[in-house]
Amino acid sequence: MEAFLDTFFNGAVLARYAPSILQGVWVTVLLSVLIVISGIAGGSALACLRAYRIRLLSVLIVIYADIFRALPPLVLILLVFFGLPNIGILLSSFTVLYLILTLVLAAFAEEIVWAGITAVPKGQWEASRSTGLGFTQTLIWVVLPQAVRIVIPPLTNRAIAITKMTALGMVIGVPDILGQATTAQSFSANASPLMLAAIAYVFLFLPLVIFSRWLETRFAAPGV
Amino acid sequence: MVIHQPATEMTQAAQGAVAPPTLTVRGLRKSFGAEEVLKGIDLTIARSELVFVLGPSGSGKSTMLRCCNRLEEPDAGEITLEGDPVTGPKVDLNRLRLRMGMVFQAFNLYPHLSALSNVTLALRKVRRLPRAKAEALGLAALDRVGLKAKAGSYPAQLSGGQQQRVAIARALALEPSVMLFDEPTSALDPELVGDVLAVMQDMKAQGMTMLVVSHEMKFARDAADRVIFMDAGRIVEEGSPEQIFEAPQHERTETFLARFSGRG
Repeated sequence: MEAFLDTFFNGAVLARYAPSILQGVWVTVLLSVLIVISGIAGGSALACLRAYRIRLLSVLIVIYADIFRALPPLVLILLVFFGLPNIGILLSSFTVLYLILTLVLAAFAEEIVWAGITAVPKGQWEASRSTGLGFTQTLIWVVLPQAVRIVIPPLTNRAIAITKMTALGMVIGVPDILGQATTAQSFSANASPLMLAAIAYVFLFLPLVIFSRWLETRFAAPGV
Repeated sequence: MVIHQPATEMTQAAQGAVAPPTLTVRGLRKSFGAEEVLKGIDLTIARSELVFVLGPSGSGKSTMLRCCNRLEEPDAGEITLEGDPVTGPKVDLNRLRLRMGMVFQAFNLYPHLSALSNVTLALRKVRRLPRAKAEALGLAALDRVGLKAKAGSYPAQLSGGQQQRVAIARALALEPSVMLFDEPTSALDPELVGDVLAVMQDMKAQGMTMLVVSHEMKFARDAADRVIFMDAGRIVEEGSPEQIFEAPQHERTETFLARFSGRG
């Protein structure tokens, strides 16, 4: 028991590395917020573009979405971080992680929002168009508000799953929670910093999960 | 009313022309794939006329109606609204659709908006009225269908009959020149049909021009000025309700009506 506590909850180690892990928390929070905002915005924009059913554009969007959903994010991160410098493009590890996870989330978000748009009955388009609203107006005022309600649960789930992948930044040296914790772990030869990281992740993501539940109830149409 | 009529005629004479019919359809054709569902439809609807369209399912009557505001794009033919072309390359369709109200079988109310917001959406976004003005017109339209008290309710909180009346108000609020009804009562429980038909009868009484695709024979007898029987993409015959219901000229009309006898 003592060995267990010494390995996972070593007071001295915890106290010594807590500040650096706290720094990691801010990096993770910043990354997550940026990724969620730009990923969902980008994916939604692509889904809306796809609604116009311009053949070539739709094909390009589908190819992008399929590739970024198929490849493991870690492969993309390594490819970009270690590959691009060879052609003279130097990006910080933070930027690479942000870019890749945003592109991955946008790919998933595009498919999810697109599914939501197509789930809105044709009669909704017809009713709106029959009263003189144009295609774009119908999309904005009639279809998207209904699509958003449909896609909130899968979209928040996916956003949480992708933001947890910020932990992959560790392999390219991003000083996020896990990056800081593994550094501390190798200096101290003790697993307590990793335990601290796990606790930090729980405190970070549990409210997000609860928030997503609240969103679902908040956006349910009255009377349905 | 009678006193004013000569004055109206004089105004028309002064303008040097008789007002064009509210809706005209010439040579309307439409195919879905290899199947031609409309094989040349000609139709003229005068102002304040209620034209009732009958026919078996698959006869093309709904498609004909949906071609009038181009929810379905006609393959051939010309449509005019009060003399203005509806078909053709330079048509501002969204402007024209403000003048053609449409009511659907499935109501198609926006579930995320209150009854009032359903009615005011086009007033605000297409006619670009300020909120207060749009809401005043919206409430007046809801009042006409007897649902002013339900302005704040959402579609899911309303009965089918109430939903359809809100949908009628949504079209009425735009003060259209013609109202197109696509089987407005077919999705309703029998006991809710009466309220919707009463609203339509009231619109008729107030002089609204209406093209109604429906199976409500009793309503056709009571309210229609003219009844059209369609089959297999063509108008088989048309006439007053008495002519069509009491003395149909064509066998197909007779067979169709026989299946409905005892109903309505």
